[in-house]
Amino acid sequence: MAEEMRIVLRNYGKVDPLNIDTYVAQGGYQSLDKARSMDKAALMAEVKKSNLRGRGGAGFNCGMKWTFAAGAQADQKYVIANADEGEPGTYKDRLIMENDPQSLIEGMAVCAYAIGATKGFIYLRGEYPELVSTLNAAIAQAKDKGFLKDFDLEVRRGAGAYVCGEETALIESIEGKRGEPRFKPPFPPVIGLWGKPTIVNNIETYANIPAILEKGADWYAGIGNAAYPGTKVFTLTGDVVNKTFFEVPTNITVRQLIFDFGGGIVGGKKFKAAQIGGTSGCFIPESLLDTEVAFDTMGAAGLSLGTGATFVMDETRDIVDIVTRIAGFFEHESCGKCAPCREGTMRTAEIMEKINEGKGSVKDTALLDKLGTVMSYSCLCGLGQAAPSPVLTTIKHFAADYEAKFK
Amino acid sequence: MINVTIDGIKASVPEGSTILQAASEVGVRIPTLCYHPDQSIKANCRVCVCEVEGNRLLVAACAMPVFEGMVVKTRTPKVIEARKTIIELILANHPQDCLNCIRNGNCELQELAEEYCVRENPFEYKVRGFEKDFSTPSLFRDQDKCILCRRCIEACSVIQSVNALGLQERGYHSMVVPTMGKTLAESPCVMCGQCIHACPVGAIGEVEGINDFLAAVADPEMIVVTQIAPAVRVAIAEEIGMTTGSMGMDTFVTGLRQVGFDYVLHTNFTADLTILEEGNELLKRVKEGGTLPMFTSCSPGWINFCETFYPDLLDNLSTCKSPQQMFGSLVKTYWAEKMGVDPSKIYSVSIMPCVAKKFEAARPEMNASGYQDVDLVLTTREIGRLFRMSGLDFSKLPGSNFDSWMGAYTGAAVIFGATGGVMEAALRTVYEVVTGNVLEDVNFNVARGFEGIKEAEVDLNGLVVKVAIAHSLSNARKLMDQVRAGTSPYHFIEVMACPGGCIGGGGQPITKRNAKRIERIDALYAEDAGLPVRKSHENKEVAKLYEDFLHEPLGHKSHELLHTHYHDKHKTVL
Repeated sequence: MAEEMRIVLRNYGKVDPLNIDTYVAQGGYQSLDKARSMDKAALMAEVKKSNLRGRGGAGFNCGMKWTFAAGAQADQKYVIANADEGEPGTYKDRLIMENDPQSLIEGMAVCAYAIGATKGFIYLRGEYPELVSTLNAAIAQAKDKGFLKDFDLEVRRGAGAYVCGEETALIESIEGKRGEPRFKPPFPPVIGLWGKPTIVNNIETYANIPAILEKGADWYAGIGNAAYPGTKVFTLTGDVVNKTFFEVPTNITVRQLIFDFGGGIVGGKKFKAAQIGGTSGCFIPESLLDTEVAFDTMGAAGLSLGTGATFVMDETRDIVDIVTRIAGFFEHESCGKCAPCREGTMRTAEIMEKINEGKGSVKDTALLDKLGTVMSYSCLCGLGQAAPSPVLTTIKHFAADYEAKFK
Repeated sequence: MINVTIDGIKASVPEGSTILQAASEVGVRIPTLCYHPDQSIKANCRVCVCEVEGNRLLVAACAMPVFEGMVVKTRTPKVIEARKTIIELILANHPQDCLNCIRNGNCELQELAEEYCVRENPFEYKVRGFEKDFSTPSLFRDQDKCILCRRCIEACSVIQSVNALGLQERGYHSMVVPTMGKTLAESPCVMCGQCIHACPVGAIGEVEGINDFLAAVADPEMIVVTQIAPAVRVAIAEEIGMTTGSMGMDTFVTGLRQVGFDYVLHTNFTADLTILEEGNELLKRVKEGGTLPMFTSCSPGWINFCETFYPDLLDNLSTCKSPQQMFGSLVKTYWAEKMGVDPSKIYSVSIMPCVAKKFEAARPEMNASGYQDVDLVLTTREIGRLFRMSGLDFSKLPGSNFDSWMGAYTGAAVIFGATGGVMEAALRTVYEVVTGNVLEDVNFNVARGFEGIKEAEVDLNGLVVKVAIAHSLSNARKLMDQVRAGTSPYHFIEVMACPGGCIGGGGQPITKRNAKRIERIDALYAEDAGLPVRKSHENKEVAKLYEDFLHEPLGHKSHELLHTHYHDKHKTVL
């Protein structure tokens, strides 16, 4: 059986989140020292070479992103940690922040040094109020110990909008505006917070940085799937035996994740579907269980990795009912800025409800399919583009479940 | 230059161009809805999506900059299906009452529905069901028709700095609402109507007075008299499919008689009169140490703005009524006397480029004649509708002249319709009054042009007058903040609420581009240049008015009929 490998959770259970000395005792902040002794270009080349790709769901090469901000000329640059973790079923970032906040802070400080930023923000999910004091204490201790030097770091709390996990909506929110995405380009590394070059990375991404600098890019690049190396933290929920989290190399399969790590289906029932990546994730049928969980292998199979949240459903689950609820979620969380998402999420929910109530027909699934496809490539931001995934993948892989509901 | 290929056509376009701009260079029109040529890019309607080779996602042509070697396809089946689906989504909750809509035939959404052959919408028709807001005499809002493009919000906040419109709620429940969800009348709205020009559909419009007009015409007892503001003529042609400025004043007058006006007079007459009153008021303030700088008071949106946002500076406003209201009080006194008619039988209609004029005419204090001075205000657009209703062919109409006593005007009055025009007209007169010399060249070019704020110094035989001109209220705000801070160097400030002045007023033919506003300005200056008399104090009918009736500028009768006072509206807003 494949084994867990802890990189971002390397200090889980080993450090006291409220005592920076315990982090230093594990070798903490040596990577930041090392980074500061390096030429900035060489530092970013090292991160780039590790092929660390964003763990928030978009999978962009982290080091390359940093070079864009480093290359932009500006009197002020910003580093932001996206801790808006709003995908239902996802709690990997919370694990890192509540157990090992210094890993995040060290990763951010490395980034700040690399791109030349002196100000950072941790944009914290509104529903994580208990983490505010942990993070503030951790920042204060890092400052007191002199680790942060001229890097000033601040916690900003979201107000519960799902869309604020989208990096430009997050930036708008920090600026005090409505949480709505901006069109891209320009991308935040060039024009971001208050118009300045800004790096927004996920918590899990930052937490990888100290380990990469400590052990080297080659070490990291050699772990798991070559195109999306390293580990990924998965959080398992639903009808799976082990409803918990695992950090695993990226070359394991979905089947291994659910049946080896997850211990299979509760009560010896049969597997029906898994949704990976959060509420906007694709529904995975039995036939695709041998897909590797890495970003590109999932993409090639018409699936998505997303945040790694894994929701497992057994044979008794009503897929159409679940997707109807998901459609309601997106209708509620669409910010309303762009027409296809604002109207499309509402229509998707409306038509799903109709089908779920037994009033639908094949015409409705055909319309949903067309609408979802259009949304997936026409909406302004990732929310609207990903929102139809559960609908599209269930129509594709679970057509019989829909037919069973038709009038 | 950047080399791109659009639908197989090679193009070389400046760096920084968007796909939309590049496509238009090669003759490929990409449909848009939220896009506005003189506003920031919104990219929220997604109607302009295109395929870019190498991109899985479609891109919004309005927002996407071109890059070297970019290959764009604007009309693939994937693109057409996306656009059509988006249009269907928007239409599915848009009232299907085009036939009754104020923007019927002039609606960007209607055009798209037609272009994309939307026949049977697959989505269930579901209108939001908001109440219409008819709380102001100038503007109404029909929120059900709002497509949430946000152009009105930008017009109100960025161009006008009024911030009467904002967003509330989110997702499908998002709505554009007057500040804090109040009615327009309760909001800080100054009724300039720039949001009407910004709106692609019929979600905001003017409160129409056509039925009131038709009722007055139908009443044999009523004498229906009209005044036309200078900015109307240059734009009215656009309403009936002619080019800007191409309708002659004489055929316009005939057209007005044809639709039922008994007497056609001119606001230009009182524009000239305004110069005499306002010019003398300025000189009096300068000589006697009155409140300076003095602000012009012709633009009712600007008056509303002052009363709402700068109530501490109301003493700086000229006490002169606007030309419309001067006309209103004179037509039911002086003109009625000259014509020997009963003023109670006069139905006074003004034809204006402005929707705030509707509010101004309805102000309770505007009754110096003993009656409501102006009974009805019709915008340029409404006159366009009357002309279309009447089936007039202006290419064949004979010309006719204005009626007597209040129909004569000078070139100085004509340019009131352009930003800087009032200032220039005033300078032409003030110069001659103060210096006693004849002004050889009447053109004050420093007052002309489309810059947001213009300033000049004029030497009147040793008396140096510093003036400034602003159009759009965001520009006015800059000058007002200087005045409030005590750092304003000016004696006299002209403000027009709308971009370009009255030619860009909220009642003009729907105007998206400032280039169109500039065209209208050019037409006004051309009219001025072609007139034999170009100084207000040389208007013979105005001289006659003083001789027979008013006696002197700023005299007793002037104060009674031509001057007004202002109100602090600050508290009612907040």
